[in-house]
Amino acid sequence: MSALVNVVRSMFLTELLSGMALTFKYMFRERKTLNYPHEKGSLSPRFRGEHALRRYPNGEERCIACKLCEAVCPALAITIESEPRDDGSRRTTRYDIDMTKCIYCGLCQEACPVDAIVEGPNFEFATETREELYYDKAKLLANGDRWESEIAANLAADAKYR
Amino acid sequence: MAEFWDGYALPGLWIAAKIGALLIPLLLSVAYLTWFERKVMAAMQLRMGPNVVGPWGLWQPFADALKMVVKETIIPTKANPGLFLLAPMLTFMLAIIAWAVMPVGEGLVVSNINVGVLYLFAVSSLGVYGIVIAGWASNSRYAFLGALRSAAQMVSYEVSMGFVIICVLLCVGSLNLSDIVRAQETVWFVFPLLPMAVVFFISALAETNRHPFDLPEAESELVAGHLTEYSAMTFGLFFLGEYANMILMSGMTTILFLGGWLPPIDIAPLNWIPGPIWFVLKICALLFVFVWVRATFPRYRYDQLMRLGWKVFLPLSLFWVVLTAGVLVAFGWAPGAEG
Amino acid sequence: MLIQFIVFYVFAAIVVGSAFMVIASRNPVHSVLFLILAFFNAAGLFVLAGAEFLAMTLVIVYVGAVAVLFLFVVMMLDINFVRLRQGFMHYLPLGAMLGAVLLVELLLVVGALVVAPEVETLAAPMPPVEQQSNTHALGQLLYTRYMYLFQVAGMILLVAMIGAIVLTFRVRTGVRRQSIAAQVARTRADAVEIKKVVSGAGVTEGI
Repeated sequence: MSALVNVVRSMFLTELLSGMALTFKYMFRERKTLNYPHEKGSLSPRFRGEHALRRYPNGEERCIACKLCEAVCPALAITIESEPRDDGSRRTTRYDIDMTKCIYCGLCQEACPVDAIVEGPNFEFATETREELYYDKAKLLANGDRWESEIAANLAADAKYR
Repeated sequence: MAEFWDGYALPGLWIAAKIGALLIPLLLSVAYLTWFERKVMAAMQLRMGPNVVGPWGLWQPFADALKMVVKETIIPTKANPGLFLLAPMLTFMLAIIAWAVMPVGEGLVVSNINVGVLYLFAVSSLGVYGIVIAGWASNSRYAFLGALRSAAQMVSYEVSMGFVIICVLLCVGSLNLSDIVRAQETVWFVFPLLPMAVVFFISALAETNRHPFDLPEAESELVAGHLTEYSAMTFGLFFLGEYANMILMSGMTTILFLGGWLPPIDIAPLNWIPGPIWFVLKICALLFVFVWVRATFPRYRYDQLMRLGWKVFLPLSLFWVVLTAGVLVAFGWAPGAEG
Repeated sequence: MLIQFIVFYVFAAIVVGSAFMVIASRNPVHSVLFLILAFFNAAGLFVLAGAEFLAMTLVIVYVGAVAVLFLFVVMMLDINFVRLRQGFMHYLPLGAMLGAVLLVELLLVVGALVVAPEVETLAAPMPPVEQQSNTHALGQLLYTRYMYLFQVAGMILLVAMIGAIVLTFRVRTGVRRQSIAAQVARTRADAVEIKKVVSGAGVTEGI
């Protein structure tokens, strides 16, 4: 009997029809698409996007050229050179990140003792040439200046879990 | 001179005008079929589909066409250039010339030949050449494997399609497509011959290399099958040909089983609508099923495909040919039996 | 009429030319493609002669199926063309003889019609194209006058088909076959069991 039922079921393509009924039903469901350039999804405070070098509120750059980030970087994307400045403090003369190598692991910002290098919330920094992705110190500091409010808010939101 | 004018030039112009009146809507509908497919698939997958170029993305086909026209046609170094370029033209041409015999309404047909069904069947069976030649001329493994799969697949499913067509022809008693439609004035053949209509439609899916039988261009195994080496307009012609073939197969199904240009019931509000509109509506419904099936089912494995064609459809359609003939003779319904 | 003559000679010239190219071209795939071209133009000639049924059947059977399989096989062959051509001169006399026999036979057929026009009445009368389409005419002849010959032809083809299958069929041992019926008959209840798992307790039954 059940064999007969099976034959009838496969002759009448019941399984195919039930599958098609399902897709037909879904056709009238609400769309889940986010209209990306116009609408954006929310980002976690821990989101690791484009790098930035931060400054203290008085305008002094935070980075003290300890080179921990350079050492920890698994992709060897960071290059730092440093010299004592005229006032005797250690500062970088060169701080380059090769964004084509970077894997956005976030180890640099974990390693940083002064919260100087951070990965900000910006993920829309696509360029038309590779050269534009070789970030130097000026570019990183400019990023820091532009995104400071968001970065500070994210750091504050995440501070209690660190 | 007058003889030349009346005998050749005017009929020639008239035929050209008829071809234009058929081809321009056809090519436009091919373009919008791609848009329709993307929209419907997107809806079934809870996505939006093209919605940026123009209102509801309606200009998307033209943007795509522009892109394909301005891109570079690349001919691989070791390819056979002549055949490589011939293949897409052949595919496109075959998809277009089949429409010469398609009756879109009572008497609205470019060429009303006596063997219309055979012509359609012949042209659709030639579609395999574009793919096989493309696969061979590309001199690429993926393309070649795709072509071999396609050749075997299309030849296999043609057999059962032929038997389904014979079933219909037994009921009609004529090979003329307009006669086939007129024979369905009392009842569409889809009702008495429902299993054959389903077999025909599934074979049409296989014949046009559509999901779930798109093994010749299975992207998970063969990159793009016979299309792998094609770019720009050579690819575009394949693409257009493939979609024109989908419309053609829907048209064939409409004429053979869904009563062509006839309204569902011959009563007042329905038979006010002109025949060609019914024809187009039926084709649209079938095209929707084409897309619907694509959005629903996963791809067949190749041995399952062959099994379905040879071990399921062939015996089934053969049995139905015998059954149809038997029933027609037993009840004296065979057309032309009295005369 | 003029256009018909022109079309006839164009078709005929292409048939002869492509038939020659079938044997002349170096690449076997090109040969098959020329063969297809020849079939096509032969179909065109049939249409000109008012035999559209034969034309379409020629395209469906020869171009749509037979030539595809030719192409299929030829594309996959890895032939040494130089070796293939070595025996050409050797077989030339035999080939020429066969050709001559065919030519004589064709001449005899045509000649008989010229010398003794009454042989035409031996064949069944063909109704004019205007009265009956050639599909009907063919069917009427095949299924009445030539019924037995038609059946015998069918039997010969069937025997050939079975013979081909018998020759190539071999029973393989140790092949694990898919049982589609068993797979289709399998239901969700047979395959899936849903268990409530208490955290930390694990599942003990039925593993």
